[in-house]
Amino acid sequence: MSVLPYVSAAWLFLIGCYGLATSRNLIHAVGCLAVCQSATYVLLLTIGYRAGGTAPVFSDIAPGSRPVVDPVVQALTLTDIVIGATVTALLLSLVIQVAKRHRTVDPDELSELRG
Amino acid sequence: MSRRLRLWVLAVGGLGVAVLLLVACFGLPAFGGTWHPYGDRAVHAALARHTANTISSVNFDQRAFDTLGEESILFGAVLGTVVLLRQTRDEERQPPEPVPVAPPVRRYALLALPVTLLIGLYVIAHGQLSPGGGFQGGVVVATSLHLLYIAVDYRALERIRPVGTYEVADAAGEAAYLLVGAAALLTGAAFLANFLPYGTFNTLSSGGTVPLLNAAIGVEVACGVVVLLARFLDQAVEIESDDRDDGAEART
Repeated sequence: MSVLPYVSAAWLFLIGCYGLATSRNLIHAVGCLAVCQSATYVLLLTIGYRAGGTAPVFSDIAPGSRPVVDPVVQALTLTDIVIGATVTALLLSLVIQVAKRHRTVDPDELSELRG
Repeated sequence: MSRRLRLWVLAVGGLGVAVLLLVACFGLPAFGGTWHPYGDRAVHAALARHTANTISSVNFDQRAFDTLGEESILFGAVLGTVVLLRQTRDEERQPPEPVPVAPPVRRYALLALPVTLLIGLYVIAHGQLSPGGGFQGGVVVATSLHLLYIAVDYRALERIRPVGTYEVADAAGEAAYLLVGAAALLTGAAFLANFLPYGTFNTLSSGGTVPLLNAAIGVEVACGVVVLLARFLDQAVEIESDDRDDGAEART
């Protein structure tokens, strides 16, 4: 069963892609992109996990006394989350402007050029 | 491309990617295993530089240059949102009417505001010691200010949140990160190298430049999130467009 966490990350990514491709609403599509991105969090944290490991913070545990999980992937995940949040905000602001200019949030109706 | 054809293309591509990902999953190191070469080295380096929180050490010392790039993405995203959500010519601002707030909501939100603000500042200040840091603490600080919107009304929030000042502080946070990095050049070290004394392990002043870079990120994230939310709230609460859409009329 040790591949199950990896497989769940792959499943999250694929289900997010499915949502992106079939979405009829741009806000829904931005949400699906966030799902795709959360697959990377799951993958990173899965790679870094160590059986019985604790957080790699040594303010209350003595160094070397307990196994710690991989701090590198945790750092990557942390920055990924912050960047994801701001990029989602940027995409949502694009959706707001699209809704204002075109009066629709359905990507299929946005095929023609205007203005 | 018709919808049905698109779904077929998606199914073929999705199946292909799924098979590749499954094969890759079986080639990855076993879940929970003890082989973490980068992790072990990062822990070793963090302890050598007296930073108790290894994740902060990775972000602000060992990968400080990467964090500069991530910070710039954040800055760019905030800038893009500000440009996209600005008030356009055919829109006008209407000050929102204050709405009565239920007394328990007001009470608990006003109670939670200073506590949340303090926790946010604590998380930023102790980023090199305990779990947390500038990224997380900044978001907590920005959230605490918006409790005023829940507790009182939009005008009260606007009073403690002059957006222009926060935009400047956002840029100042980005600049502070660069300046700390450039200060290393003056000492003869590489850009963003840790050049300050490492201090005593597990105290506030440990970690050399880590607390400084951490604080710079904290300021930038807090101000960036405040500016982002301000723009979205403006759109939702204040900016009204007169429902005239010339393009749509011309098309119909």
